[in-house]
Amino acid sequence: MCQCCAEEKDIYLPQMATVQDTAEMNDTDRYLRLSMDDGPFDYIPGQFVEVSIAGVGEAPITISSSPTQKDGFELVVRKIGNVTNAIHALKPGDKLGIRGPLGKGIYPVEEAKGRDVVFICGGLGLVPQRSFINYVLDNRADYGQVTILQGCKCYDQRLFVSEVEAWSKRDDAVLLETLDDPDERWKGNVGVVTSLVPQVKTDWKTAVVSVCGPPVMYKFVLMALEEFDVPHENIFLNLERKMKCGVGKCGHCQINDVYVCIDGPVFRYTDLATMPEAI
Amino acid sequence: MSIKRIAKDDFASIVDALIKTENVIGVQAKGERFDFAPLESAGDLRLDYDVTLQPPKKFFLPPTEVLLTYEVGGAYQSVYDDGAFVLLGVHPYDMIAINQMDELFRQDNYDTHYMKRRNNATIVACDVVTASENVFASSMRTAVVKEGFDVLLTDIGDSYVAELATAKGEKLFAGAAGVVDADATALQKREEVWARNGKSLNRHELECDPAYLPKLLEKAYDHPIWEELARTCFSCGSCNQVCPTCYCFNVQDDVNWDLKTGQRCRAWDGCLLDGFTKVAPDHEFRKSRADRFRHRLYRKAKYVPEKIGGQIACVGCGRCVSACLPDIANPVKAYNRLIDDLGIG
Repeated sequence: MCQCCAEEKDIYLPQMATVQDTAEMNDTDRYLRLSMDDGPFDYIPGQFVEVSIAGVGEAPITISSSPTQKDGFELVVRKIGNVTNAIHALKPGDKLGIRGPLGKGIYPVEEAKGRDVVFICGGLGLVPQRSFINYVLDNRADYGQVTILQGCKCYDQRLFVSEVEAWSKRDDAVLLETLDDPDERWKGNVGVVTSLVPQVKTDWKTAVVSVCGPPVMYKFVLMALEEFDVPHENIFLNLERKMKCGVGKCGHCQINDVYVCIDGPVFRYTDLATMPEAI
Repeated sequence: MSIKRIAKDDFASIVDALIKTENVIGVQAKGERFDFAPLESAGDLRLDYDVTLQPPKKFFLPPTEVLLTYEVGGAYQSVYDDGAFVLLGVHPYDMIAINQMDELFRQDNYDTHYMKRRNNATIVACDVVTASENVFASSMRTAVVKEGFDVLLTDIGDSYVAELATAKGEKLFAGAAGVVDADATALQKREEVWARNGKSLNRHELECDPAYLPKLLEKAYDHPIWEELARTCFSCGSCNQVCPTCYCFNVQDDVNWDLKTGQRCRAWDGCLLDGFTKVAPDHEFRKSRADRFRHRLYRKAKYVPEKIGGQIACVGCGRCVSACLPDIANPVKAYNRLIDDLGIG
């Protein structure tokens, strides 16, 4: 191998990790706690990993735990394709490959210091946001008011139920939850997540607003925030793409002139506004 | 670096000697057309070719390649092609495309798989002798190349001017018979070839300086042309496949018969293909043919240029023009139409 290649590591080579714990969250979503077999794993809220199942393939998954949690890192995976089905079959002690953490577009953990933070989560969008939420709650004194809006389709699709309940009991954070299509077990708000926005008591002029959910949700959330004149540069969106290589080469995640895998996956709304393909 | 002159017969002797010891790939006739293929005899080398069916990118980014091997439940191992090779007869526009790919695979995250092959290559470029039916390299300012090659040959009649640009290039010619320093007459003839090719490789004429294209596209996003042209697009991806600067790929696992071992491969992909931007569960970000068609032309003249210091990522080889069945892929036609409608400036 030539000198310049010898000095560079293979960007496609996964490192081995071990499943420490798994839990079924509902019919479609599985929780996993992993640890890297060799060395530390340092990441920032918003970064993702390429999860590798030998013989099946790779899938990009955003890290759900906060780096303030020292015991491994956590993912939540929805069963939707070949790789994610294989991930669902993993048991504690099983090995898998991990590349990452990837992505330079992270949650604004530093920029948000001293300011109010509003988290708007739709369905599975809670999973990546949870990394930022727990980071803020673990460094609570560094931030202003914390408001978490969580919308889900139905009662059984709710994620991290006991953790969300613990958030709701804190006196230094506000949690507002809603269901689109509730059954008799649900006594709370009914409707889409945007219906909660008018209930938020925050300093909309300076608050950092972090949004993650299915593609269809973003425009409605942005319209709801427009009602409160939220400055666009304070809104952060976490985008979803098919990141095949994760390192800015393969082209699959390209939105106009940016690569979600290296420039994102978290973007400031003002940086996306000129990109019609963003949502 | 030195500039030599060598008679064509003497160059053929160099090639024949090289074939005995090296893996030599050269341009050869394939039916009535041309392509790069392993060379068995200097007599098969056709440096007078017009354009090859496929660009030389496949020697650096193969249509499919193994990135890694694995054992189920075990660790992954990187796989590299080790062989050095000599690539004979790369035209200037294709050389410029390789230079662009080098930058793209080097920047942000260094791609050892691509760069290993690139570093294993000795490239002998050659100036164009015969213009192909759809070339527009003169318009794209890619008819002449100044860097990236190890050797640049220019046909000046009975001999070649050979610019030996690197130590690898010098080595190819070291000790060969009939190699003399290029004199002023030979250099003058080379200048004439460059001046001629700078104008004559122009079957489709771009109505602006290519450097203006990124600015042109800034105001063309919602132009009806994308819808109009894409109406007859088959989404076949032929334009992607033959393009020397398209490098999008897919990554997939392939398990062996023993069900215990296998490999992770990458394979060419194309942004024109339906499903290229599909995510779970079934959401597709560039679903319409017009969106995908526009994306290709924006990549060539706006998105990729932003990553490589403004160079336009269409090098004017004209292969997409020839490959496109409904005849809509021609970048010059699209850009000229935008210039006509939107003006310059």
